[in-house]
Amino acid sequence: MSRLSVPKTYKLYIGGKFPRSESGRVYDVKTAQGGFLANAAKASRKDARDAVVAARAASSGWAGATGYNRGQVLYRIAELLEGRRAQFVEEIASTEGRSRAAAEQQVDAAIDVWVWYAGWADKYVQVAGNANPVSGPYFNISTPEATGVVAIIAPQESSLLGLVSVVAPALVSGNTVVVVASERFPLSAISLSEVLATSDVPGGVVNVLTGSAAEIAPWLASHADINALDLAGAGDTEWVDLQIAAADTLKRVLQPEVGVPAPSIDRITFFTETKTVWHTKALT
Amino acid sequence: MNFLEYAPAPESTAILNLRKSYGLFIGGEFVQGHGTPFQTISPATEASIAEISNATAVDVDLAVASARRAYDTVWSRLSGADRGKYLFRIARLVQERARELAVAESLDNCKTIKESRDVDVPLVAAWFFYYAGWADKLDHVGIGPNPRALGVAAQVIPWNFPLLMLAWKIAPALAAGNTVVLKPAETTPLTALIFAEILQQADLPVGVVNIITGAGDTGAALVNHPDVNKVAFTGSTAVGRAIAKSTAGTGKKLTLELGGKAANIVFDDAPIDQAIEGIVNGIFFNQGQVCCAGSRLLVQENVHDQVVERLKERLSTLRVGNPLDKNTDVGAINSRVQLDRIRQLSAIGEEEGAVRWSPECTLPDKGFWFAPTIFTNVSTSHRIARDEIFGPVLSVLTFRTPAEAIAKANNTPYGLSAGIWSDKGSKILAVADKLRAGVVWANTFNQFDPASPFGGYKESGYGREGGKQGLTAYLQSGSAAVQPVTGQRIKKSITKGVK
Repeated sequence: MSRLSVPKTYKLYIGGKFPRSESGRVYDVKTAQGGFLANAAKASRKDARDAVVAARAASSGWAGATGYNRGQVLYRIAELLEGRRAQFVEEIASTEGRSRAAAEQQVDAAIDVWVWYAGWADKYVQVAGNANPVSGPYFNISTPEATGVVAIIAPQESSLLGLVSVVAPALVSGNTVVVVASERFPLSAISLSEVLATSDVPGGVVNVLTGSAAEIAPWLASHADINALDLAGAGDTEWVDLQIAAADTLKRVLQPEVGVPAPSIDRITFFTETKTVWHTKALT
Repeated sequence: MNFLEYAPAPESTAILNLRKSYGLFIGGEFVQGHGTPFQTISPATEASIAEISNATAVDVDLAVASARRAYDTVWSRLSGADRGKYLFRIARLVQERARELAVAESLDNCKTIKESRDVDVPLVAAWFFYYAGWADKLDHVGIGPNPRALGVAAQVIPWNFPLLMLAWKIAPALAAGNTVVLKPAETTPLTALIFAEILQQADLPVGVVNIITGAGDTGAALVNHPDVNKVAFTGSTAVGRAIAKSTAGTGKKLTLELGGKAANIVFDDAPIDQAIEGIVNGIFFNQGQVCCAGSRLLVQENVHDQVVERLKERLSTLRVGNPLDKNTDVGAINSRVQLDRIRQLSAIGEEEGAVRWSPECTLPDKGFWFAPTIFTNVSTSHRIARDEIFGPVLSVLTFRTPAEAIAKANNTPYGLSAGIWSDKGSKILAVADKLRAGVVWANTFNQFDPASPFGGYKESGYGREGGKQGLTAYLQSGSAAVQPVTGQRIKKSITKGVK
């Protein structure tokens, strides 16, 4: 007789904890063939707001860490992902209906993207910042730093690679993140949350919501304590309305992309602010 | 006669060669607009200076078409080196006609001649000179090889630094290879129109820069024009929001430089003489009509009385009056609308319990004038500590610890600039790290340079002007090529695009 399996309850990830949606709602996650796989939490407006509170609370600590420190923390996630490679392959293969080889390829790519971005944490400032030769006796330097709290609609396809490709670059400079996972394929996001929870990432730095992007995104777009909005995976929603709502608080907005965003330093610098510091020079 | 009374030393307006009326500058020529013309007046006397054309949607169409034609047929085909040469020419012509531009600016805007002559116009020339050299070096900007221009840039600028804002907008746009339609503020169109004559002298290809005058509806028609690829706006946060909404989903690249409520933090170990001068410069420069003005003075509690007393002494020596007089420190407010706003917010300051003080000074009968004003006993909840006044009004607050100073400084939806005064370098750098502001001046204030990026955090807008950052606002990457990741494990199936 084969052993009876122990299925996992998939929940949200907010402030380093795994709550159910306060709304009590769940939705079916199905296999590629349409069979029942799991109940995912269907996040509400309240969950989104809780996530923003957690992200804001984690902001100063994460942004204040050294680049070397953030780089190591991010690299550590890649290490843990590698260790749980089989689990992610299994989830992707069963939900996205991909071949085992394709699922493996996606997980490997996600790990490599994570490593690539981890390495930027103590370098992007050197590439994107500069000393300025002003006409006067002043020390003058421009450095990029984290924008603050970034809300992200993750790509709907390639659930793990898509998620990693939008979350990792926002984290590099010290932003904290509220991300809405792929609606149809949320399992990778929750499993990634378990990786984050057992790595060195402080609670609240990444907050993961599952559910309807169309329902949750408007609350994020209009939330006054969010600094930037990444609409990467929002192409199928009324995303122009989201951009309009975001204008009320002058959020920085990245428009939707087709597919998975390519690794790029632009994704890091887009969620930074350039600060220019002047200081007088004098012998007395 | 007290020591403040000087013999009048007005700069002569004889150097000006103004026309009675100005058309719109479209396709290299001045043409009459389709709207009802309006007068531009001198705020110091309310006397009319010239009649200005009013651009309607029809004129906006013509101007954008002119810029598009110039982009397609001339400017996009020109080498970077040649674009640079035109910009160098413009820089030189600005220097040659510097005095004339300064007088015109002080006449139309009513900033002091001292400022237009020594700050605004020299910076205009510097801005063109700086970006001229970038035009053939775009590969080094830092966004990959062969960056490309965006196309036609729509630029709307404010009245507080009319010609300087024009330079901030036009110089990087042209260096990057864009063509331009620019709208100056309705109260200060004069120097932009003289600048149009400079473009004719520089023999800039027709249509590369078009300058259209008018009010808010002209600006709205311009930024919402479907054939515009880039929008750059400097002005109020309210209008910035409206532009961010109306351009949403259009794919137009947008930069916004909006309001501010800068904290100027004075620690008890500050070099007090310099700090007093810096505070005065921070809030009374250009009559406080500066988005990055140091309008919230945060003084460490134990030196509050000393700082306020010294400030009052210094303010008592400021000369308010004729902007064209070389001895004048504080000129006129730019418009009646603005004066009303300053008066209204100051009245609210008193109603809310802050203590108002101004030096004794006689203000002219005609024109728009407001005496330099300090409010003490201000708390963080007061309107004068939260709202951008955009006038010569300083709100003084106190703090005890650096942490409190940082918290109070950041307690605003704005994030454009900040000042720190202390003789302790480590404290300055630690505080600068924590301030959420795009420009931090330490032991100085209100310094500007074309090499130095300027722009805000949060609701002060996005994008930077100045430096190479200012150039990237007008460029797109030359290829869709993605950065390689280790091995071939990443599928290169990414197509960038907007639905």
